[in-house]
Amino acid sequence: MELVCPAGNLPSLKAAVDNGADAIYFGLRDDTNARHFPGLNFNEKRAAEGIAYARSRGKRVFMAINTYPRPDGWQRWQSAVDIAADLSVDALICADIGVLEYANHRWPELPLHLSVQASSTNYEALQFYFDNFGIRRAVLPRVLSLSQVKHVIENTPVEIEVFGFGSLCVMVEGRCILSSYVTGQSPNTHGACSPAEFVEYRETSTGLESRLGGLLTDRYAKGEQAGYPTICKGRFAVGDDTFYAIEEPTSLNTLALLPQLRQAGIKAIKIEGRQRSPAYVGMVAKVWREAIDSSLADPDGFTPKVEWNLALNQVSEGATTTLGPYYRPWQ
Amino acid sequence: MMNQALKLSLGPVLYYWSRDDLYEFYQQAAQTPVDTIYLGETVCSKRRSLRTEEWVDLARELSRNTGKEIVLSTLSLLEAESELKTLRKLCENGEFLVEANDMAAVQLLSSQGVPFATGPTVNIYNAETLKVLIKQGLKRWVLPVELSKSTLHQILDALTDEVETEVFVYGRMPLTLSARCFTARSFNLPKDDCQYKCLDYPDGRLLSTQEKQPFLALNGIQTISALTCNLLPEIDELHQIGVDFLRISPQFRHTDKIVEAFSRSIKGETTPDIKPFAPLGFCNGYWYGETGLRQISTSSR
Repeated sequence: MELVCPAGNLPSLKAAVDNGADAIYFGLRDDTNARHFPGLNFNEKRAAEGIAYARSRGKRVFMAINTYPRPDGWQRWQSAVDIAADLSVDALICADIGVLEYANHRWPELPLHLSVQASSTNYEALQFYFDNFGIRRAVLPRVLSLSQVKHVIENTPVEIEVFGFGSLCVMVEGRCILSSYVTGQSPNTHGACSPAEFVEYRETSTGLESRLGGLLTDRYAKGEQAGYPTICKGRFAVGDDTFYAIEEPTSLNTLALLPQLRQAGIKAIKIEGRQRSPAYVGMVAKVWREAIDSSLADPDGFTPKVEWNLALNQVSEGATTTLGPYYRPWQ
Repeated sequence: MMNQALKLSLGPVLYYWSRDDLYEFYQQAAQTPVDTIYLGETVCSKRRSLRTEEWVDLARELSRNTGKEIVLSTLSLLEAESELKTLRKLCENGEFLVEANDMAAVQLLSSQGVPFATGPTVNIYNAETLKVLIKQGLKRWVLPVELSKSTLHQILDALTDEVETEVFVYGRMPLTLSARCFTARSFNLPKDDCQYKCLDYPDGRLLSTQEKQPFLALNGIQTISALTCNLLPEIDELHQIGVDFLRISPQFRHTDKIVEAFSRSIKGETTPDIKPFAPLGFCNGYWYGETGLRQISTSSR
């Protein structure tokens, strides 16, 4: 099982490599990838340095071009694919059919992975991308239970990668436009969900408010920790109740499921968080390296160490984690 | 591309309505001036007011009695083998055009070599994607709701292949899908024991901000806009860009009157006021490349 870690910059990439990642994924400094945040990501030179660093230590590097170009941006996506080919990355992670077609046609030797943003949750959909573009691997959206993941694996020629840890999308990735409904920008079009430039915190007589694009996402009592106003993690009114109507601020953590994930035939575990610090990347990589090694050594006797989960909780949203969709009752 | 008269379509019912309500709705829809009717369950496989065979029977009946084009719509988010089984049945119906709302259906239809349509949850953001799908048999596509007229214009400009373009012009917009059922959650029920609460919310359950701004509507595993998208004033523009079909998304009441208004507008007649049919208000921001929930006033254009 490959441990795939995020890198938003060169120090993060090195932290991932040094702490046990098998592969690292990154994106360019523009809207061609789904973590298009100010000050984040790589230019070509930095990417080449990072790739050299990882390669010299036997690690693989993937590049994400996983947003959806509109016609006026098409050339940027095309040139991103060319850059990936020039850098000879180990795989290109794509979502858009047009981009996949271009990459497969222009650079047939470049291995393609299907991004989670392609929103493919079943083996028939995966078959389309396999037949047409020869994808080698797909990252599954965070909507399937463990038995559903297993069923996909049993019926597809494509390697399956799943998310193991990090911020949790409650919606099916690649088909959620809540962000553009409120800000005009979505992960698909702009590579960012609930972009920071639309976030506002206001101190009022009734306490602190968080807003996104002017829309009230939450109110916090005195002393209550304010969260980032991602729409799906706000408190809203439905009927007579005001509550986390979609999802509490929490992170995904599947550490406890490691033996089952391996048994299901999962080829790679992905850690979310290209927007996070090198310290986060290093710490999470280290915990997961240890956990994966220990689950391989003794799958039947595996239980996550308390200190692993404590460390992961500290860097989790709301300081809590969930097994998310893998655990059916959560649904 | 623009010369043909605009056609009207009735999108699939996004909500969980009872069997009687569905039959009554389609009996009424048969009398309206829509050219095309999309039929079938696109949101939740637990909704079985009509069995798959009954949807196909209804398609036959409507096709025979009205002469309208009938299209079978399919599920948008597929997780279980049972859902794929239903999808295969629909894709192999052999009679009616099928609307794919997930790439699974695109795969099943294109591998059989039959022409197909795509709904708003198949991600087509550029002409390159369209070209690939046209080669696979795509006959008609619905513009994803977050894309603007300028994007649509550019896509159609770059296209030489023949394909019909449909735009979602009226209704609460589908914004997202999840493994989780938010209607069940709002009653503190797990999805596996949802007690079919959606039946009580034939236009979705309203979700508002803490300052009572109507924001979203919960429709089971789907979340839609609380505001109603309305591009009635933009009809000429839609025509000029080269759109072929205007999609009206059914709502529980007054869909016939809304269809009537669009039909009159296409014919250049004066249209009745449809504001009362969307009590929470209209939005059209996406069409103008803006925030989706905004209403750009037609006079300030």
